[in-house]
Amino acid sequence: MLHVLRDMIEEGAITISVEVSCPSIKNILLLDSEGKRVAVKYFSDDWPTNSSKLAFEKFVFTKTLKTNARTEAEITLLENNIIIYKFAQDLHFFVTGSDDENEIVLASVLQGFFDAVTLLLRNNVDKREALENLDLILLCLDEIVDGGMILETNGPLIAEKVTSHTIDADSSLSEQTLTQAWATAREHLTRTLLK
Amino acid sequence: MAQQLVKKDDDRDDEAEYSPFMGIEKGAVLQEARVFNDPQLDARRCSQVITKLLYLLNQGETFTKTEATEVFFAVTKLFQSKDMGLRRMVYLMIKEISPSADEVIIVTSSLMKDMNSKIDMYRANAIRVLCRITDGTLLAQIERYLKQAIVDKNPVVASAALVSGIHLLQVIPISFCNSVYFAHPMYATCSFYAPSLQTNPEIVKRWSNEVQEAVQSRAALVQFHALGLLHQIRQNDRLAVSKLVTSLTRGTVRSPLAQCLLIRYTSQVIRESGNNTQPGDRPFYDYLESCLRHKSEMVIFEAARAITELNGVTTRELTPAITVLQLFLSSSKPVLRFAAVRTLNKVAMTHPTSVTNCNIDMESLISDQNRSIATLAITTLLKTGNESSVDRLMKQITNFMSDIADEFKIVVVEAIRSLCQKFPLKYRSLMNFLSNILREEGGFEYKKAIVDSIVILIREIPDAKETGLLHLCEFIEDCEFTYLSTQILHFLGIEGPKTSDPSRYIRFVYNRVHLENATVRAGAVSTLAKFGAAVDELKPRVFVLLRRCLFDSDDEVRDRATLYLNTLGGDGSVVETDKAVKDFLFGTFDIPLVNLETSLKNYVPSEEAFDIDSVPKEVKSQPLAEKKAPGKKPTGLGAPPSGPPSTADSYQRVLSSIPEFANFGNLFKSSEPVELTEAETEYAVNVVKHIFDRHVVFQYNCTNTIPEQLLENVIVIVDNSEADEFSEVFSRPLKSLPYDSPGQIFVAFEKPEGVPTLGKFSNVLKFIVREVDPATGEADDDGVEDEYQLEDLDIVSADYTLKVGVSNFRNAWESIGPDYEREDEYGLGPRESLAEAVNTVINLLGLQPCEGTEVVPPNSRSHTCLLSGVFIGNIKVLVRLSFGLDGPKDVAMKLTVRSEDETVSDAIHEIVASG
Repeated sequence: MLHVLRDMIEEGAITISVEVSCPSIKNILLLDSEGKRVAVKYFSDDWPTNSSKLAFEKFVFTKTLKTNARTEAEITLLENNIIIYKFAQDLHFFVTGSDDENEIVLASVLQGFFDAVTLLLRNNVDKREALENLDLILLCLDEIVDGGMILETNGPLIAEKVTSHTIDADSSLSEQTLTQAWATAREHLTRTLLK
Repeated sequence: MAQQLVKKDDDRDDEAEYSPFMGIEKGAVLQEARVFNDPQLDARRCSQVITKLLYLLNQGETFTKTEATEVFFAVTKLFQSKDMGLRRMVYLMIKEISPSADEVIIVTSSLMKDMNSKIDMYRANAIRVLCRITDGTLLAQIERYLKQAIVDKNPVVASAALVSGIHLLQVIPISFCNSVYFAHPMYATCSFYAPSLQTNPEIVKRWSNEVQEAVQSRAALVQFHALGLLHQIRQNDRLAVSKLVTSLTRGTVRSPLAQCLLIRYTSQVIRESGNNTQPGDRPFYDYLESCLRHKSEMVIFEAARAITELNGVTTRELTPAITVLQLFLSSSKPVLRFAAVRTLNKVAMTHPTSVTNCNIDMESLISDQNRSIATLAITTLLKTGNESSVDRLMKQITNFMSDIADEFKIVVVEAIRSLCQKFPLKYRSLMNFLSNILREEGGFEYKKAIVDSIVILIREIPDAKETGLLHLCEFIEDCEFTYLSTQILHFLGIEGPKTSDPSRYIRFVYNRVHLENATVRAGAVSTLAKFGAAVDELKPRVFVLLRRCLFDSDDEVRDRATLYLNTLGGDGSVVETDKAVKDFLFGTFDIPLVNLETSLKNYVPSEEAFDIDSVPKEVKSQPLAEKKAPGKKPTGLGAPPSGPPSTADSYQRVLSSIPEFANFGNLFKSSEPVELTEAETEYAVNVVKHIFDRHVVFQYNCTNTIPEQLLENVIVIVDNSEADEFSEVFSRPLKSLPYDSPGQIFVAFEKPEGVPTLGKFSNVLKFIVREVDPATGEADDDGVEDEYQLEDLDIVSADYTLKVGVSNFRNAWESIGPDYEREDEYGLGPRESLAEAVNTVINLLGLQPCEGTEVVPPNSRSHTCLLSGVFIGNIKVLVRLSFGLDGPKDVAMKLTVRSEDETVSDAIHEIVASG
């Protein structure tokens, strides 16, 4: 049936405007060195349930684990999806798009995400720092892609959008770290006391 | 021991320190969320709690409906806080919770206030949140602000409004799967987008002017988003899209992403402008070519890819694109290398010579760290390389087959298959490679690709047959896929007996009977029977084995064994298998399963056995007809007369109810209805041609579309002066034809037996008209005689052929034999395209295309199409059509026919020669 239709289209017998779509992102994943979630965001319904999402994450993680994606972003094709990825310390960054997507566009999204996270974590790109600033990571994901549409790919601009809510950015950032340090210390103390 | 335990604990503690969310628990966090209700809000604390909630959701935790509602209401309180950081988290939280329609109202006013805030970040985020959760009624209220936002001088605000517009235009918003409650049945049904579906796109379409202004924005991303939205608004208007592309390709588009979009839209315009322009002056090609010199890599690549995908792209057009892709091949970035090699790999399928220039660069990619790139490089080389390089390449692939994903393995297997067809002499090393990878681990699709390839090699290269079959035998010894096992067993049954030593396969087959599931066992029994039928020396041994199967635990296996023992004469007497049995075992099952199903359903258990010959063999093209119907505009009352349902079954029933047709024998074929009147005329008439061996019956389906008329004694006067081999034998008029209730007239002709007699018939409808008072419905007493000219009707050759598919064309072709083969060549003259020529011939012959060969891949210069069917007199016909382009548009065709009757083979040629 489809063949017939396609022939008819080719012959010009019927014209169907083929859906020409904007570049779209299926998901952005930030996993740790064991493949566990740090933060993930899905924009397509290819993985409707949490378990299918987890299965996909595990699959992608194990398939890319052995590769060296620390200097340049790497790329692969898995289950008809293009996956661009990059590792830094114990963090694994992934961006997924469909297999007819422009690979370089997808790579620019990954680069933007990676650069923004590096800026937001002040070059301490590791899992601990990421979890301690999870609010920034989540805002960052929110500023890169909206419902699959690319919002911004420039790392510094994304980081700026994430932090622009603080008018006197410098003081508050350092202050925040102090408080957080306090909080961590206090929790640690409570735990040791409770033992 | 104790020490070890302590140590372990310590380890865990260390690990735990990595996460500030250690030991986090939903119930506790929900308790913590009460701080949102504090009169004195602690903004930082609230932010932390929201982060924890978001962390839980991100980890896959779900909230119940009540929990979600509580959190949502608590979060709305936080709009009181002036803390900007907290506000951002509130926005995120609302989006993640995706409130239901009645809850949305609570935050609407807060969000609308933020939309008008002086703070850019508030405006941008409030727009995104509101558009995501809003319904149609609300959208109308905020439309004014959105239009303003589109042309806002802050690019973030403008982008927020434009992207929201794009989402609102999409019928199925893709972001929804992400909402917390996707799995929650309550929320799944009350998607808040549902009521707004009709209104939202209409509203967004009114923003055209503002969006157009935004396309000219200096901000790169705004331009990208505006272009995306503008195209979506206009996508159903081809002219508008074409104008958009024309104006923008001349101007300057700054953003690389926008440039990529423009390239996609340009390709669309090129595609839709069709083939009416000569290659060489393709519109917009210059633009695509100029993009190859863009400074951004993503634009260069998008343009190169667009050029390679042009319909009927010429070598000349390809060259500049190939050149830039070649540069990418030696890039330091894996992404660029991958993108380039993947595109070139595709080009190599249709234009291998254009890619050979890149061979040196490809060679160096064979050792690429990234296995995906290496695989694509090797398979490209396999497509473009020469015979001498095959062995070397094969060795290199073998080294890393185990490292790559199944998708790529399939690419490799397919490349090898086509290579084998190109260089048959290399079959030994290729077959070895295939059998080696067949033994390794792999998924179903991969294994199937390998098995398919081996089967093709066995069929195409006679020398490869014996080794190939043995490889397959070894494979089924340890095969986890039932489907593949049964396929291979079936194949063995057909090919095995024809080898020099059929007995060597028996062991493999009989092993299946012991070790497999019932489906495979049943398949193995059938295969054994085929060996017994085809090889007389093996018969006694096969009988012994089949008799053992009589004790199988599965009844299908037992049934088959019993059946075969009986048909092969397994009662002890070793006789030569007669033709009927061979046909039964080896013949193709040429009855469409759908038809068999219908016949079996209609069959009433009785003394009379079910007769499989009574099942119609015609393949129904029902889905096509259904698909076409919506496209056809309803033509008022003159619409196609609602004749009886056009299935052969019901025709047969109608015809057999008329005693005069009883002695015509079995109905061979009924044509599709042919319209004899224009649409929207007074009387609508179409005709169905029923073909019998010695007769033709025309069934005229008539509809009277004039409410003020009643027609009586309606007959069709058929003039067969241009069809003198036919003679009219019977005509059944229609007594009365009231308004809008269809009736049938039958006219029967006698014709020479079993011959495809052609002719043209002219038809006149004759009747008596009586005026009807539409108010009372009473007809006048006096009628007036009148007549109505109908269009002519032809009996064409396709009326004498039945579309009957065969499951395996090659087997059918061989089994019918070359005795009555007729071959000839024809020039079809200039044609619009190869596909058009193929379709014309298929329609002319009225035969069933097999194995999907009716589809002509784009850009191909030659094509082979396989047809099968039954000719009148129940004679099987197989046709092989080879088309080739001869010059720019001229199509040449070689027609080879095999059939069970010489005259039929000739008749098929006559059809083509005269058609």
